[in-house]
Amino acid sequence: MRLAPQDNVAVALRPLAAGEVVTLGGTQLRVARAIAVGHKLAAQPIAAGEKIIKYNCPIGSASAPIAPGDYVHTHNVASDYLATYTLPE
Amino acid sequence: MTNTLQGYPRTDGRKGIRNVLVVAYLVECAHHVAREIAQPFRDRGVHLIGFPGCYPNAYALAMLEKLCTHPNVGGALLVSLGCEGFNKRQLAQTVAGSGRPVLALGIQDTGGTRKTIAAGRDWVAATLPLLAAQAPVPMGIDELTVGTICGGSDATSGLTANPAMGVAFDLLIKDGAKAIFEETGELIGMEHLMAARAATPELGAALKASVAKAARYYATLGYASFAPGNADGGLTTIEEKSLGAYAKSGQSVIDGIIKPGIEPPREGLYLLDVVPDGEVRFGFPNINDNAEIAELIACGSHVILFSTGRGSVVGSAIAPVIKVCANPGTWLRMEDDMDVDAGRILEGRATLPEVGREIFELVRRVGSGATTKSEALGHQEFILTYKSFEPLGPACLPV
Repeated sequence: MRLAPQDNVAVALRPLAAGEVVTLGGTQLRVARAIAVGHKLAAQPIAAGEKIIKYNCPIGSASAPIAPGDYVHTHNVASDYLATYTLPE
Repeated sequence: MTNTLQGYPRTDGRKGIRNVLVVAYLVECAHHVAREIAQPFRDRGVHLIGFPGCYPNAYALAMLEKLCTHPNVGGALLVSLGCEGFNKRQLAQTVAGSGRPVLALGIQDTGGTRKTIAAGRDWVAATLPLLAAQAPVPMGIDELTVGTICGGSDATSGLTANPAMGVAFDLLIKDGAKAIFEETGELIGMEHLMAARAATPELGAALKASVAKAARYYATLGYASFAPGNADGGLTTIEEKSLGAYAKSGQSVIDGIIKPGIEPPREGLYLLDVVPDGEVRFGFPNINDNAEIAELIACGSHVILFSTGRGSVVGSAIAPVIKVCANPGTWLRMEDDMDVDAGRILEGRATLPEVGREIFELVRRVGSGATTKSEALGHQEFILTYKSFEPLGPACLPV
């Protein structure tokens, strides 16, 4: 689901499987890897440095180029304010 | 006035939706004795609160003065060791001045652990019947203060529970309630949107400044207000977490900024600025959710709306906590701890306005004596640590 028309990411309302094809506003996206509920995937190509827009709001910047259908999370997005802390694997 | 709630009238004109007796320790050295005094009465509305530090702190004193004279509180037992820096005389005078029964016990003066526990329990046993004899009177939504917080957030929080609580907030404000949202550290990235909703341009500037202060504070400390579980739940950055947290505030005009212990002067929507002023000291502004809950209560909140995606179980001393569960999977695992199933929105089984109305109606029931899940489970978490604040700026409160 895209929360606002300006968004370049969409939110999974159900778990998505790798390789699954989802339709978003008439565009077909191939899901690159499994995505859990509430997590994000790219709705369009996003260049490194470009703002990630969710709900018409910037939530950080791409730290790497992101292809449509790619999982969007801490591995390819950085905060514009304060770094995100996660536990080591 | 819509006389839909049941309140205990207080001498300051406010009414409480509970009539609890607090036992407050005034230094960690008195914690065990205070806990032992309260323990036999824990199911009879006796709640343990306190402050662990031995050094004096104006914020902690003001917090305990506000909490011991909170409208939900009917009386207070203060337990000190005897040599600590906390100003127990001022706290006891404040409580006595409010017309509430109060006793200050010093462990050193009373003769140690055993004698102080016995004296404290005797006083609590004698005081509880006085509180039980107080009859509640009709109370309106316009006499109610409601605080909101989110904890254990995930990416569903901002889609379901937080905006649903925002709908409830709008309904409460329409009926004349005072509504408080909080945590400027979790509004980082939302400052421009928030400023646009301010009642005046000056307040808008103050809102932006409060978020900038939070960003500076957290940058100095090295971490954002962002836990590893937030990322596991699909939140990527503090801005994204903020976007969800911000939805709790609803759509109403923002009428002011308050700080811990300051009550909103009249109805409307207020931001509670929990980040200390001045140079960074004493550590993180909010070391956990209950630190903020205690501050919301010290600002007069009768009841707390708490949204959670990952699944928080906490309640609080003094004020009931209503748990709104954002994530359908969490609801399945932890329904015993949750009051509202907002994940239905994600599954298309309910709309945002429906769940918002449900939360509003639950606030009314809880304000009439219905117990929340966390109350029934005996949750009475409380924490208070060191902070320092400067007075509010001139643009912060409505004129």
